[in-house]
Amino acid sequence: MAKMTLETLRKLREEQKEVIERRDSGDKSIHIIVGMGTCGIAAGAKEALNVFLGEAYTRKMDNVVVKQTGCMGLCYAEPTVEVKMEGMPDTLYGNVDAAVARKIVNLHLLGGKLVNDHVFDYPARDINKE
Amino acid sequence: MHAALSDVVFDLFQNSIEAGAMNIGVSFWETADEIHFSVTDDGRGMDFEGLKRAEDPFGSDGTKHPGRRVGLGIPFLRQTAEQTGGRVEIDSVPGKGTRIEAVFPAAHLDLPPEGNLVLLWLQCLTFGGDYQLKIHRMCRESDGRVEEYRIDKAEISEALGGLEDTNTVGLLREFLESMEEPFNK
Repeated sequence: MAKMTLETLRKLREEQKEVIERRDSGDKSIHIIVGMGTCGIAAGAKEALNVFLGEAYTRKMDNVVVKQTGCMGLCYAEPTVEVKMEGMPDTLYGNVDAAVARKIVNLHLLGGKLVNDHVFDYPARDINKE
Repeated sequence: MHAALSDVVFDLFQNSIEAGAMNIGVSFWETADEIHFSVTDDGRGMDFEGLKRAEDPFGSDGTKHPGRRVGLGIPFLRQTAEQTGGRVEIDSVPGKGTRIEAVFPAAHLDLPPEGNLVLLWLQCLTFGGDYQLKIHRMCRESDGRVEEYRIDKAEISEALGGLEDTNTVGLLREFLESMEEPFNK
């Protein structure tokens, strides 16, 4: 693979944009927020992030938005991942390695079921700004 | 200690974001005998006391978690340097920004692996926010050959029409993989 240029990148984006616009995904976006503080990084949160980004891209889940944030206050349960989507309660998952991340995609995002063993409560109270 | 050097770099990048930086520069260079990286930002910076706190594993500025008394980002960097005979320099000016530079002997047995740089750049470019980011990756072989690339978040974002949705991030990954490929030979 030769180095891509910005021009190639722009062209690829234009091509895919048309395909995406033809699919009607609506705007029911799914937000996946991965904790990336020192604790998350040390616990391997990038592996989870990598799975979410990869699965969403290869399965063409255009309504998924993957975000990174700092520590969510549950350092003992890192990597932590928050999932927000319509029809499901906002859920904070803990101890999310690559395999659990895949489970979250299959069960929570696509199957509408919680991954029970990894459900934690809200982010720590000192982080939540009501 | 972090498992990979890329994790250390990302931790420092995250500090820049939390310091409110709008312009961040990250470099990652290799030569035959050294690995060098730096993170420069125009965030709020630290005074002498703040720097001392940042170096102390049992210190935190406490803004995010009141009552928390641990902060391990910079101590992890320091630890990696101390156990490999590397060095770390931190210059910080309150209100101006911070520059952190680290150099490690490439052949030291206790040096963590580089890690996945494609994922590192992907994480830094898509963190979310209005900050600008310039990346410089370089490798100088012992025979003097130089392989390098530069990435400017503004240019990438313009070419892709944003860095938010999973499709653009997927394309960005392919782009970064093509940039990084010559380094893996």
